Amino acid sequence: MTGNGSPDNGQNGNGDHKKIRFPFPGLFKGLAFTGKYLFKKPATVFYPDEQEIPVPRARGVIALDTEACTVCMLCARECPDWCIYIEGHKEEQEPEEPGGRVKVRAELDRFDIDYGLCMYCGICVDVCPFDALFWSPEYEYSEHAVVDLLHDKARLTDWLETVQPPPPLESS
Amino acid sequence: MDLTTGFFWLDTLIKVAVVLGLVMGLALPVIYAEIKLMAHMQNRVGPYYAGGRFGWAQPIADGLKFVQKEDLVPRDADSAVFRTAPYVVIMAAVAMFVVIPFGPGVVARDLDLGAFYLLAISSIGTLGVLMAGWSSANKYSLVGGLRAAAQLIAYELPLLLAVLAVVIQAGTMSLNGIVEAQGVPLFHVGSIEVSLPYILTGQIVSFVIFLIAMVAELSRIPFDMPIAESELTMGYLTEYSSVRFSMFFLGEYASLIAFSLIVATLFLGGYYVPFVSEAWLNAVGPLVVFAKGALIVFFALWIRSTFPRLREDQLQTMAWRWLIPIALINVMVISFVKVVI
Repeated sequence: MTGNGSPDNGQNGNGDHKKIRFPFPGLFKGLAFTGKYLFKKPATVFYPDEQEIPVPRARGVIALDTEACTVCMLCARECPDWCIYIEGHKEEQEPEEPGGRVKVRAELDRFDIDYGLCMYCGICVDVCPFDALFWSPEYEYSEHAVVDLLHDKARLTDWLETVQPPPPLESS
Repeated sequence: MDLTTGFFWLDTLIKVAVVLGLVMGLALPVIYAEIKLMAHMQNRVGPYYAGGRFGWAQPIADGLKFVQKEDLVPRDADSAVFRTAPYVVIMAAVAMFVVIPFGPGVVARDLDLGAFYLLAISSIGTLGVLMAGWSSANKYSLVGGLRAAAQLIAYELPLLLAVLAVVIQAGTMSLNGIVEAQGVPLFHVGSIEVSLPYILTGQIVSFVIFLIAMVAELSRIPFDMPIAESELTMGYLTEYSSVRFSMFFLGEYASLIAFSLIVATLFLGGYYVPFVSEAWLNAVGPLVVFAKGALIVFFALWIRSTFPRLREDQLQTMAWRWLIPIALINVMVISFVKVVI
């Protein structure tokens, strides 16, 4: 409303009502786009009848390698949902030769992941210093009761078979 | 219609039953077409299992679901108005079918002021929407109802002016008369008389304006500010449930069908088929009109799954700054040409 001599025609406060144009080419482009998809095959996968094959790195379920685990508890501590439950105890090993030092080894008693709580962030997989946790693309483990979503050590170890090999490293 | 002399009430009853059956019978396929076409345009499949094949029973299942729900009236609502509003909407939609001609004799009532009657009766539906918005005692409903009123006032004008252009060219307001005027041969190719629908004989601008204003009158998707679920929950429908909601739903589709048939009548030649005697036209005419109407319905569904919603001020700008001036110039040009020729 400064000195340009054109009074705002009653619509105070919004000055952008002058810029509206008829976007004709865009309208027809949009119509052509949806028209094209009308005759394409839909992307839908009819799940129970046909199975979708997930990509190898899909975040389906977390598998545990008990041999590699040292019960360091890093995963349980970093988990934002606190959905990993770990219990372990120390075991003393006999020295290899008489008079030698007694070695202490950590034994894993319990390793549970509650998939009712898990939010699939993958921090536990990233944070594990001994590569004991892996992503597996399996996704068919829904249950009727929430309690059954708590996967124990044995079940997590079973998932290990479904883990895909890591993708090849990029060159250079 | 000589039948009226002897059997007035029987005749009237049959007509009412046929029109009601027509509206309900056509609304379900149109709803099915809408969900299925929109799904495929969005790279989905849509309903698939209902009814065994292709989900054909989905609209029926939806209707049954609505009937089962509880019919709620909010405590603060103006109960009587709240309860009547859906029936006003659906009544206005059904009443539009009265004057639509499906053949030279297949018309419920060929009014001399048919076009005028159509525009008048379609505005009554707006009244129902406003009633629903006001009586719900809900802020969303109120804003939705008022938006609907503003929108329908704005788009009533271009709609009216587009129809006016057609009426001027045809020289009559009777819809049968308009169809017959489109059947008048324009020129001869050899010994064949050629007649063209109005969309090809100078009414293309009116046709486009009518289509845009029609979609706005129906408050369908590029112009669905009165419902605008992301802003107003469901607009004037917010407080409605059960049968009353499905009445609004049916009313919306009934008026979509009615408007599509009107477009077919006014611009696409209606029931007229060249070289067919009048007796045969009564049999073939309805099919021709429905085929042309189906094209327009398809176009409305196509628009719906393509365009995003306009802003409220953009909507008003489009009506008052573009459509109405263009429609006025169009009327002037057509009346000028009509006088000169």
